[in-house]
Amino acid sequence: MEAVTWIVLVIDATLRVSTPLILAAFAGMFAERSGVVDIGLEGKMLGAAFAAAAAAFATGSAWLGLLAGMGASVGLAMIHAFACVTHRGDQVVSGMALNILVAGLGPVLSLAWFGQGGHTPIVADTARFRPIHFPFADRLSDVPFIGQIYSEIVSGHNLIVYIALGMVPLAAWFIYKTRFGLRLRAVGEAPEAVDTAGISVAGMRYRAMIVCGILCGVAGTSLSIAQNALFVRDMSAGMGYLALAALIFGKWRPVPTLFACFLFAFADAVQARLQGVDIPGVGIIPVQAIQALPYLLTVLLLAGFVGKAVPPKASGVPYVKER
Amino acid sequence: MKRLIVAALAAIGIAAGGMAQAEDFTPAVVFDMGGKFDKSFNEAAFNGAEKFAADTGIQYRDFEVTNPSMREQALRNMARRGAQVVVAMGFAQAAAVETVAQEFPETKFTLIDMVVDLPNVQSVIFKEHEGSFLVGMAAAMASQTGKVGFVGGMDIPLIRKFALGYVEGAQHVNPDIEIFQNMTGTTPSAWNDPTKGGELARSQFDRGADVVYAAAGGTGIGVYQAAKDAGKLAIGVDSNQNYIHPGTMLTSMVKRVDVAVYESFRAAKDGTWQGGIQILGLAEDGVGWALDEHNRSLVSAEMEAAIEQARTDIIAGNIAVTDYMAQ
Repeated sequence: MEAVTWIVLVIDATLRVSTPLILAAFAGMFAERSGVVDIGLEGKMLGAAFAAAAAAFATGSAWLGLLAGMGASVGLAMIHAFACVTHRGDQVVSGMALNILVAGLGPVLSLAWFGQGGHTPIVADTARFRPIHFPFADRLSDVPFIGQIYSEIVSGHNLIVYIALGMVPLAAWFIYKTRFGLRLRAVGEAPEAVDTAGISVAGMRYRAMIVCGILCGVAGTSLSIAQNALFVRDMSAGMGYLALAALIFGKWRPVPTLFACFLFAFADAVQARLQGVDIPGVGIIPVQAIQALPYLLTVLLLAGFVGKAVPPKASGVPYVKER
Repeated sequence: MKRLIVAALAAIGIAAGGMAQAEDFTPAVVFDMGGKFDKSFNEAAFNGAEKFAADTGIQYRDFEVTNPSMREQALRNMARRGAQVVVAMGFAQAAAVETVAQEFPETKFTLIDMVVDLPNVQSVIFKEHEGSFLVGMAAAMASQTGKVGFVGGMDIPLIRKFALGYVEGAQHVNPDIEIFQNMTGTTPSAWNDPTKGGELARSQFDRGADVVYAAAGGTGIGVYQAAKDAGKLAIGVDSNQNYIHPGTMLTSMVKRVDVAVYESFRAAKDGTWQGGIQILGLAEDGVGWALDEHNRSLVSAEMEAAIEQARTDIIAGNIAVTDYMAQ
């Protein structure tokens, strides 16, 4: 019974930890499927985390925080698009520049506005996305298995976790079943064909970057006002790059990418619970070894199970119309 | 017009001269990763320096290290720009202090949390294990489940020292108590990762812990928030952090870094500053536990009496707390 409880709680933690990863990875999917390499996921998340915390603190509303987070992130995405699509700049350089810009700008603005160093003040509970408890969750928590699954895994997450999970099928449907999705994929594989068909390549890429910005904005918001209650310097802690890895890992496809995110989050949740635990027959594993677990898992899986990851053909290549 | 400019320049010259005189004594502090406003270790130093500035009217220079390669540069800059005494915060600056102190033998360096054996270096270390013992007792007495947690920052011997003292304190009250320990990471970024800290705290709550002690710099903010969200208790570290979430902050293990910084500045100003090692424990009031209006309702008279008794016993030598780093 205890093993079941343990697994249920690990899955619960996996969902929580994977939320920003999923959102950011899908943001990257929209960008890269349209042919724009976006290494700036990290910066957009961080910018959104700051804007969300600042707005939520100033207005006392989590929804306005979310809106500000999305706004900041879309703004950054537009700068990226302006540099890479309109002016055909190097996409990696532009993304990296945005990361560095935001890493400095967030703390500087917090210092200027709130005077508490590189972080915002702590946001009140009413201005955060708090866990939502489904009906009967508490009463059912004692029912073995089914009750535990319902009360721990299904219920009790913050709104953004549900948004992220709901977004996944929606995004898959968008990319594979709609006209927008078809054009999006085409513009990332063979932009000249799309251009011949009379559709603006730049227009498609701009639209893809807006979607990317919105999703990164939600991811950043979940960091600062759902999981935490403030913005601190570098709080995205490399999650944007991890999302990028998950995207490559998932071969730029929705379902494999989702599972790659789950895998990273699962490894993280497990390592938090294995530290200093006496495993029968093995003993206590050193912290360093446990903390290397997610990375070890990634390398093993990448080397052994995933096979060749082929990016969208035109990704990273600015489109130049023949003259 | 020309005359006006000359007059203005002269005025600036006089003002600059006046400033130079006021700046004859310039102390400096170099904060470590985590930053000046981490509400914890570095902020304690900031408070000490601010108090010195307020008391004496002498301005100090400061610098926030944001990546490990900046430490040496920052210390060297402070020394080169004429700071007489430079306080370096944190164990991680030891190597940088060792290098720069040899380059500037006239400059006084005060290193907090680590020992460097040079004539112009004053090393201030604290008996964190003694303070942690007391908050470990508080945790064990406040726990309903008989399970308590510890979240460390970067996995280094210093943080293990906090953890061991905490464990011994908790076991002093309840020998059967179960204690979960987590370290946030193995790099300096582990001092500033509240998301990870919160997740580690939640993993401990999931396993039944109802009091968690964070010795993790800025990461702790995430731990305290997670405790508040889950309706559990948290214990702060370094600064008195009880005010962050009144009602769910059980207490704080206070490390008087502020006093150490203040004293270092004051001694340097008065000319009584001396190199060597200072060890501050319960007896010297270098460490302790915080009881104020924010956590008064969480600490029963019984708990207070037991902790104060243990404090006396440790000072008298009747209770021996193991120092992880001396093992």
